[in-house]
Amino acid sequence: MSRIDVRKTYKLYIGGAFPRSESGRSYVVNDAKGKFLANASHASRKDARDAVKAARAAFGGWSRRTAYNRGQVVYRIAEVLEDRRDQFEAELRTAEGVTATRARTYVDASIDRLVWYAGWADKLAQVTGGANPVAGPYFNHTAPEPSGVVAVVAPDGPLLGLVSVIAPVIVTGNTTVVIASEPHPLTSITLAEVMATSDVPGGVVNILTGPQAEIAPWLASHMDVNGLDLTGVGDAELARNLEIAAADNLKRVRRPGVEELLAPPALDRMTRFQEAKTVWHPMGT
Amino acid sequence: MDFDYAPAPESRSVVDIRSSYGLFVNGEFVDGGGKAFKTINPATEEVLAEVAEADAADVDRAVKAARRAYSRVWSRMSGAERGKYLFRIARIIQERAREIAVLESIDNGKPIKESRDVDIPTAAAHFFYYAGWADKLEHAGYGPDPQPLGVAGQVIPWNFPFLMLAWKIAPALATGNTVVLKPAETTPLTALLFAEICQQADLPPGVVNIVTGAGATGQALVAHEDVDKVAFTGSTDVGRAIAKAVAGSTKKVTLELGGKAANIVFDDAPIDQAVEGIVNGIFFNQGHVCCAGSRLLVQESVAEDVLERLKRRMGTLRVGDPLDKNTDVGAINSAEQLAKIRELSEVGEAEGAGRWSPPCELPDHGFWFPPTVFTGVTQAHRIAREEIFGPVLSVLTFRTPKEAVEKANNTPYGLSAGIWSDKGSRTLWMAGQLRAGVVWSNTFNKFDPASPFGGFKESGYGREGGRHGLEGYLR
Repeated sequence: MSRIDVRKTYKLYIGGAFPRSESGRSYVVNDAKGKFLANASHASRKDARDAVKAARAAFGGWSRRTAYNRGQVVYRIAEVLEDRRDQFEAELRTAEGVTATRARTYVDASIDRLVWYAGWADKLAQVTGGANPVAGPYFNHTAPEPSGVVAVVAPDGPLLGLVSVIAPVIVTGNTTVVIASEPHPLTSITLAEVMATSDVPGGVVNILTGPQAEIAPWLASHMDVNGLDLTGVGDAELARNLEIAAADNLKRVRRPGVEELLAPPALDRMTRFQEAKTVWHPMGT
Repeated sequence: MDFDYAPAPESRSVVDIRSSYGLFVNGEFVDGGGKAFKTINPATEEVLAEVAEADAADVDRAVKAARRAYSRVWSRMSGAERGKYLFRIARIIQERAREIAVLESIDNGKPIKESRDVDIPTAAAHFFYYAGWADKLEHAGYGPDPQPLGVAGQVIPWNFPFLMLAWKIAPALATGNTVVLKPAETTPLTALLFAEICQQADLPPGVVNIVTGAGATGQALVAHEDVDKVAFTGSTDVGRAIAKAVAGSTKKVTLELGGKAANIVFDDAPIDQAVEGIVNGIFFNQGHVCCAGSRLLVQESVAEDVLERLKRRMGTLRVGDPLDKNTDVGAINSAEQLAKIRELSEVGEAEGAGRWSPPCELPDHGFWFPPTVFTGVTQAHRIAREEIFGPVLSVLTFRTPKEAVEKANNTPYGLSAGIWSDKGSRTLWMAGQLRAGVVWSNTFNKFDPASPFGGFKESGYGREGGRHGLEGYLR
């Protein structure tokens, strides 16, 4: 008799742990051929609020780490991802039905993107900040700081899409709650396993799976969320409503738009969720 | 109170010193054409190894290897891929950190707590930092499509052998240049260990070449007509000679030279903290630091108090075995340097300054000089004007901030300065007035890969570290 596989249970990723949805709900995820793959957790409003709480709790420690240290941690994610690349290539082929070459391209690009963002940790301030020559005897200096807790609706690209939205948000010192791709949620949980073993402190990245139209409004209206990245929202009406809800506490919003994930990214995924802080100090004997 | 310390020596078993070393050219160790020289442990005078000397033909071979690697491999590679090699190097340095630190202390004489906690981690961080720049050069502010220069000839000093190597090689490689580097003749071993690290990282052959030797080797490298960039850290005299040697060529030059930094203590400074900063400023690395705070300018009203506390603190400094984890001040790097420190100290006495050292027992073998302070120093004294490059502090006093600025700037050098005061506005005003490339406030001798370092005036030109450190390697 052939051996029976031990299957993995796909749960959520909150505060560094892997809980099931408190609602006890799940939804069916099929592979590219329509065959049953797994039951993914169907996150609830309570799960979203728990995730924000975990992200907020992690923000102080993460944002106060040195930029050098955050760069090392994000680079470590790339190292561990490279080590587990075969698993990710296999998952992409199953979930999306892409060729082996295509899967390899996406995994390569995901690892390289993490490395690219890792390098930004201790350089972005040198590009976006600096001394301001004000007309008076004052030292005047501007430096960026992270906005806080950023909610992200991830695009459908199950790995590259996810990495492309998470890395820029956390490398600058924010913490995040991510709603994974609704049709392809499983890779996000495997990526969470990478995060959990890469020196990323619990709560810095939290991942929810389930219908974005149901979960996103709870995050958009949450008063302890500081930013909202709508990259993965395909429905224009939903995006508009989320932006309206986000305005209640003036969340920084990044609107969805068409973009080629394989192309080199611009800086705005980082700068959108940063605040510029300017310090004045008199100069005189 | 009497503090007794048991010996706490770091084990040497982590390093494996070969009896002889060749040059590292095109990814391999090769023999040198010159006469091999010996490198010794300055704490014991024990011969550590024989090292090949590169003659002009060897330097030419190294430059050719670097050129070939530049045109065939390195300049064609994407920044992201170059960066990955640098990340690998950074990781290997982190992995082998203890080994490099112990070897550095054996060959250089610096305390293990400094090589272990400062030199080597900062070197790894430097590679990590510049690795990240390799694929972001268009964001660095030096034009939309900055290009490498070609082959960089780099000559580094003996005071921070491995860290200076990192300061030179990391930005050069990140920007797409290839390198021929000459370490100092008294401290070649960690550079040769770095060659092994390049091999472990599978760095393409010829991207980094290391030629060992003394002044003649350096001259051959700097003067080589196929070198596009010269980077030098060392004395102002040699820097001047290099500036003359490259005149009329297309070589880009950066020079990080000597210093005679003022460490300025105001009467409102936290005095105990300032005393720690004074000690760190001049006795860190035996004072073999170009940015050492070798001139203490202390406000007259607190001079007596500061000096008393400084002397008390100097009495607790532990001078001795560099590999002992409790050692604060290690060995002077060479007999030659020791002679220079002795000579200038004797001049200081002859010119009328008051000399003081705490009672301390120095080992019988090796090169040693006790922590020393000169009081009653005037601006005309040679010990106030010339770089001693040893654990010797000259103390001057001042009354007003303006006088402090005048005295601090009264030097042909301009590398660094320190300000100790609780008044922020005055500190920032002082920082604005001082003609120095790095100004530390209520701290001293701080280095970070993200922070540019370099001098005004005769302390050289160009910056190493930070975004600014890229400029010297780009066109």
